Amino acid sequence: MSDPGENVEAAVRPGVAPGGLHTAETPVPAPATGKPRGQFADVWAELRRKPMFWISAFLILVFLVMAAFPSLFTSIDPDQGSLRDNLQGPSKDAWFGRDIQGRDIYARTIYGAQASIVVSVIATLGTVLIGGFIGVVSGYIGGWVDGLLSRIADVFFGLPFLLGALLILFTFNPPGSAPSKLKVEALVAVSLMVLSWPVSMRIMRSAVLSVKEADYIVAARALGASPFRIVLRHVIPNCLASMLVYSTILIGSFIGAEATLSYLGVGLKSPAMSWGIMINEAQQFLRDVPGWLFFPAAFLVTAVLAFVMLGESIREALDPKLR
Amino acid sequence: MGRYVLRRLLQLIPVFVGTTFLIYWLVWAVPGDPFAGKCGERRCPDAYIDKMTELYSLDQPLPVQYFKYMSNLLQGDFGTTFGGQDVGALIAAAYPNTAKLAVVALLVEALIGLTAGVLSGLRRNGFLDNLVLVSTLFLLALPTFVTGFLLQWFLGVKLGVIRPTVSAEANFSELIVPGFVLGSISLAYVARLARTSIAENRRSDYVRTAIAKGLPMRRVVGIHLLRNSLIPVVTYLGTDLGALMGGAIVTEGIFQINGIGRTAYRAIVTKEGGTVVSVVVILVLVYLFMNLLIDLLYAALDPRIRYE
Amino acid sequence: MIRLSNLSVSEPGYTAGAGASRPLLEVENLFVEFHTREGVAKVINGVTYDVRAGETLAVLGESGSGKSVTAQTIMGILDMPPGRVAGGSIRFHGRDMLAMSAEERRKIRGEGIAMVFQDALSALNPTFTVGFQIAEQYRIRRGLSRGEAKRRAIEILDQVKIPNAKQRVTEYPHQFSGGMRQRVMIAMSLALDPEVLIADEPTTALDVTVQAQIMDLLAELQRDRQMGMILITHDLGVVADVADRIAVMYAGRIVEQANVHELYANPGHPYTIGLINSIPRIDEKGQELRTIKGLPPNLMRIPSGCPFHPRCPRAEQVCTQQLPPLLQVGPTRASACHFAEEMVSRG
Repeated sequence: MSDPGENVEAAVRPGVAPGGLHTAETPVPAPATGKPRGQFADVWAELRRKPMFWISAFLILVFLVMAAFPSLFTSIDPDQGSLRDNLQGPSKDAWFGRDIQGRDIYARTIYGAQASIVVSVIATLGTVLIGGFIGVVSGYIGGWVDGLLSRIADVFFGLPFLLGALLILFTFNPPGSAPSKLKVEALVAVSLMVLSWPVSMRIMRSAVLSVKEADYIVAARALGASPFRIVLRHVIPNCLASMLVYSTILIGSFIGAEATLSYLGVGLKSPAMSWGIMINEAQQFLRDVPGWLFFPAAFLVTAVLAFVMLGESIREALDPKLR
Repeated sequence: MGRYVLRRLLQLIPVFVGTTFLIYWLVWAVPGDPFAGKCGERRCPDAYIDKMTELYSLDQPLPVQYFKYMSNLLQGDFGTTFGGQDVGALIAAAYPNTAKLAVVALLVEALIGLTAGVLSGLRRNGFLDNLVLVSTLFLLALPTFVTGFLLQWFLGVKLGVIRPTVSAEANFSELIVPGFVLGSISLAYVARLARTSIAENRRSDYVRTAIAKGLPMRRVVGIHLLRNSLIPVVTYLGTDLGALMGGAIVTEGIFQINGIGRTAYRAIVTKEGGTVVSVVVILVLVYLFMNLLIDLLYAALDPRIRYE
Repeated sequence: MIRLSNLSVSEPGYTAGAGASRPLLEVENLFVEFHTREGVAKVINGVTYDVRAGETLAVLGESGSGKSVTAQTIMGILDMPPGRVAGGSIRFHGRDMLAMSAEERRKIRGEGIAMVFQDALSALNPTFTVGFQIAEQYRIRRGLSRGEAKRRAIEILDQVKIPNAKQRVTEYPHQFSGGMRQRVMIAMSLALDPEVLIADEPTTALDVTVQAQIMDLLAELQRDRQMGMILITHDLGVVADVADRIAVMYAGRIVEQANVHELYANPGHPYTIGLINSIPRIDEKGQELRTIKGLPPNLMRIPSGCPFHPRCPRAEQVCTQQLPPLLQVGPTRASACHFAEEMVSRG
């Protein structure tokens, strides 16, 4: 919805129409097959044949290693630079060129992966766990609890995504303040979670509702199985698949969202390193050192693409109709 | 139908109150001193503090403040910036540009996204289908600000076929590229949604019936298949228009379009609390109202949905 | 013994109306396969049957026997791929439809051959009124105006005994009860006055009480209009009053074909005996239902010899090795069993 954001919004809150209607692109829980192991084996067999799966898995592995051990990719200190070398084009020493302070753009791009990956993975875990938990509670208990939780979700869903994130960060991380990098990463992750949990809540809630009515659940309840056990045994395995697809794609969307917020100046701030900050700083110098903007942008797009591709290939493997 | 609309309107009230209260609370209540950092880098002038305290009853408990603020707002009083500008006038000046940009973006999504999605859904696994799948994947992965920069640089600076920024009048022809940038991610969704929907409905029983009736293929596809397949797509487009009407902070920023998103962003970075609340409340209102319209549109498109 | 299929070779130059005794529709030696990732399923393996004007042929078989796929192949609505016609011919008024252009085939649909589907709820388009869906045939195929087409739609809804047709013509399929919806489906198939009507399990999705009404309606319409009707069903009980002839299918082949009374009185194939025995009877109340043991074969691995031999109570050595052809065993009947003559003459 909102703005530039609307694009972020489209990516982060896909395919959920008002009233919680899931359109066809939203992963819908697969019908209970009664043989989850057989299903997983099928999906794995299907996945293994897909080049898209292997390419995206490889890229994701590279980015994860890059985030955890950036020094494996470069021995250059990303903060070290001499103003004498500023705005140099690509050279043998600095493959992607040097920025305004003469720092190595390649090294900074490598180190920039960490913020994106950490923020997006934490925000995704939070979104899926919190939203999923509320969805299960809401769907399983029903009644006024469901009504209340659903309305609360509507309230958060009613905030345009980028505008909402801007507001939250504007309040807790105002421009000009200089909180620690860790605190800002946590703030960005929390604001992404706060604005995204309604989607995973709705996915989980509708999964619970559809399974709740299934004959075998009614039978299990009639036989006296405890509600907790039923949720654990039947509902969660049934919607794991769709949640997996959703969260993989969500990581990709959050990487883009983190970069957008940093670019807008309310996310991570210099001297912290992030692709969004680099793109922001580089925009005035596009003519002088195009690599300053293009390389972080290329890494950003590749990272988002890798997660979206992984999510898509799992989705296709899960859905026989798409094969 | 009338009762359905009324019921949906009533349901919107708690959501609207909840959302706007959340915004109000975020801007005015959280930092403690409501004027800390509300007037840029300097401390707020006392006159402004007095005026705002008076206007928004900031010395009263939060619910009272909120209630007074909202009743002013609903009477058309959007407050003033600390520079004394009328926020209502600010919004009125920016909104038409945002609306124009949103319409252009929606047209781009509908024209390109639908065409690509329908064609690839009809010819699964063909060349075009694979092209659409790969290119939409890339569009999905490109954050708006990256798409914006690349197109601005390539078309505006390198090739010089467009002006890198949009003029104050914001003509429709100038908005085509920004509209594409704004709609690019949704365009990819629309294409994929249409493709999946067409491919699923193609094998449905009623399409088979239409063929068995001896109807020409173009009628089977054009009337029976499309009507049903496009319901989710049209609904998505409607939701997206609601989102687009919320202003495009990044796109408007890159192309320097004087729209509501840029106004909101400027208010946020200059720490104009009053302006931020008013603009965001208006945008939430537009968004919720659009969602209501989409619900009605959906019910109108699919006769199986009953208004109860 | 004469191969039954030799009886129905078309004469060149045959045209409609040249003789009422000639079959309207002849399916001959039809083979259909499904190509899937797991392998090739041989769904239809040499089916031959025909239907004449004013006659009802019931095609009977378990699910997976190929009865519906044969009908879909006739209508040209088989999903291809994965389906593929691997051989044979389907002649309408003596002309092979499989050799026709797509446009020629389209013109036969609806006007020459029409079809009633099993589940009217999914077979009718949910987003258009029933009136629109019936009237569009008059508009597109006959070029009638909207008003005239709608009047004709109401007329045909009247003929299938839908009360208040004038009002109901503007309603959507989901607003009808199951039985009424099936009547709409029938009205739609009859709109263009077809010569042959294929009814694919027309009553399976309905309540038992409604089933009889729909069956009676179909029989009445078939009689009045002198249509040829192919009634596809898995329920032997349904066909007794309606059908003139019965073709029993198993594993994509016809295993027996006979007049209704012959078939009931003196079945010529062990599979038919099994089907008849599995009908619940009032005079045997309280007894265990007799069923056919085993399951229909996997169509990717059809057993050698007679495909029914693993389930057949009287299977012998020869049955596991030789495929019994469908042979004439009486003036009006044929059977594909090595022991057919023996069975028929004993009865």
